[in-house]
Amino acid sequence: MSNSLEAVRAGDRLALARLLTQVENQTPAGRQALNDLFPYTGRAHLVGVTGSPGTGKSSLVNRLAYAYRHPPQGQLPRRVAVVAVDPSSPFTGGAVLGDRVRMRDLTGDPGVFIRSMAARGALGGLARSTADVVQVLDAAGFELILIETVGAGQSEVDIARLAHTTLVVESPGMGDDIQAIKAGILEIADVLVVNKADRPGVDHTERALRAMLELAHPARRQFAGHHGAAMDATATAVDETPAEELWLPPVLRLIATTGVGVAELAQAVDQHADYLRRSGEWKRREAARLQAELEMLIQATLMQRWRQTLSDGVYEEVFARLAERQLSPYEALERLIQ
Amino acid sequence: MERKIRVLIAKPGLDGHDRGAKVVARALRDAGMEVIYTGLRQTPEMIAEAALQEDVDAVGLSILSGAHMALVPRVLDLLRANGQGDVHVFVGGIIPEQDVPALLGMGVKAVYGPGTPTTQVVEDIQNALG
Repeated sequence: MSNSLEAVRAGDRLALARLLTQVENQTPAGRQALNDLFPYTGRAHLVGVTGSPGTGKSSLVNRLAYAYRHPPQGQLPRRVAVVAVDPSSPFTGGAVLGDRVRMRDLTGDPGVFIRSMAARGALGGLARSTADVVQVLDAAGFELILIETVGAGQSEVDIARLAHTTLVVESPGMGDDIQAIKAGILEIADVLVVNKADRPGVDHTERALRAMLELAHPARRQFAGHHGAAMDATATAVDETPAEELWLPPVLRLIATTGVGVAELAQAVDQHADYLRRSGEWKRREAARLQAELEMLIQATLMQRWRQTLSDGVYEEVFARLAERQLSPYEALERLIQ
Repeated sequence: MERKIRVLIAKPGLDGHDRGAKVVARALRDAGMEVIYTGLRQTPEMIAEAALQEDVDAVGLSILSGAHMALVPRVLDLLRANGQGDVHVFVGGIIPEQDVPALLGMGVKAVYGPGTPTTQVVEDIQNALG
């Protein structure tokens, strides 16, 4: 292992920050580092935080990280890393990353490391290299890694593949009961948080979320292959899973600005980690994630190789005919991949 | 994957006007840079810590309070102590003419007063880092 990786493992923050840049930019040096560090990963508890824009994800992350740094008596503080993803402009590729504004309580603490990332065109709520950045922080010895997604709507569910525990943050007045039973983001929740619980309408929001949970019985989640859309959160596994090993996603009230409910939230996150380890789900989720990562790499590499086999201009020509509606997408496919 | 220029835009000190900082942040974003915005009332320690964790290429400090001769050298010292002496530091806001040479002498790369076109800030950063 190179000196700079030794430094990262020994807690050198500048070395870590610079390595994260290499990894984020997917440079050869970054890739080599990921190979070298891989044996040291798989120790951290990865906690995803997702939800619509403006529900208070950053404030929640700030409070939750602080709670883990200042635990109740008798517990040791854990080293916490935060990865906060914000969208990139689809037009210029630029980004304003503003999540740190809400994380002031964490400054000056050597046990905390916050890194902002732009999504750089990826659509699933994370950047393409977020998983790699998380891996480096894991190898650097952070015990808890909070991953805050882009403000997500209904289908940005990549976080559920990456994280062990996914928190979905809602706030009063964000939608009606029908929103709550739609597939997607609510189904990936291991813990549901109703933030801004001092606002009117909190009872209604909580009731709607609980009603949704009753409709979808908890069960072992089965991730389909990378291409498959099916993430089975229904009761299919109930028969084979003993009842005591099922996880019921709790619905917790929180006021992130004042900290009311944060201790309970931290406790629920820990209980979920215990549940994952006890039930074997931890390993299953790790395996599913690694498989998804591998498939994604294969896909990207095959795509690249295929592009190299095309003679110049062929792709552009076929695409031009598609755009003119002279070819259907399936016909275009046949022309390009014989 | 192309390398993106990462810039920290920070407001040290106690004045509460961040419009200028936001205008610059937006202009840099529109020029394709990734801008980390940290909000009002940052201490030099907070700014240096964010610059380190985010591994930025440039730091822009917006100061309207008149405390620039105290705040700027402190930020520069902390960046150097952290091993980030090579970061491109620029200052914007209300800076009296006579203080500019001193700031440049400390290691600030540029000082922008009111009315500076944002295109100039963008160009200077691109020329220095691009």
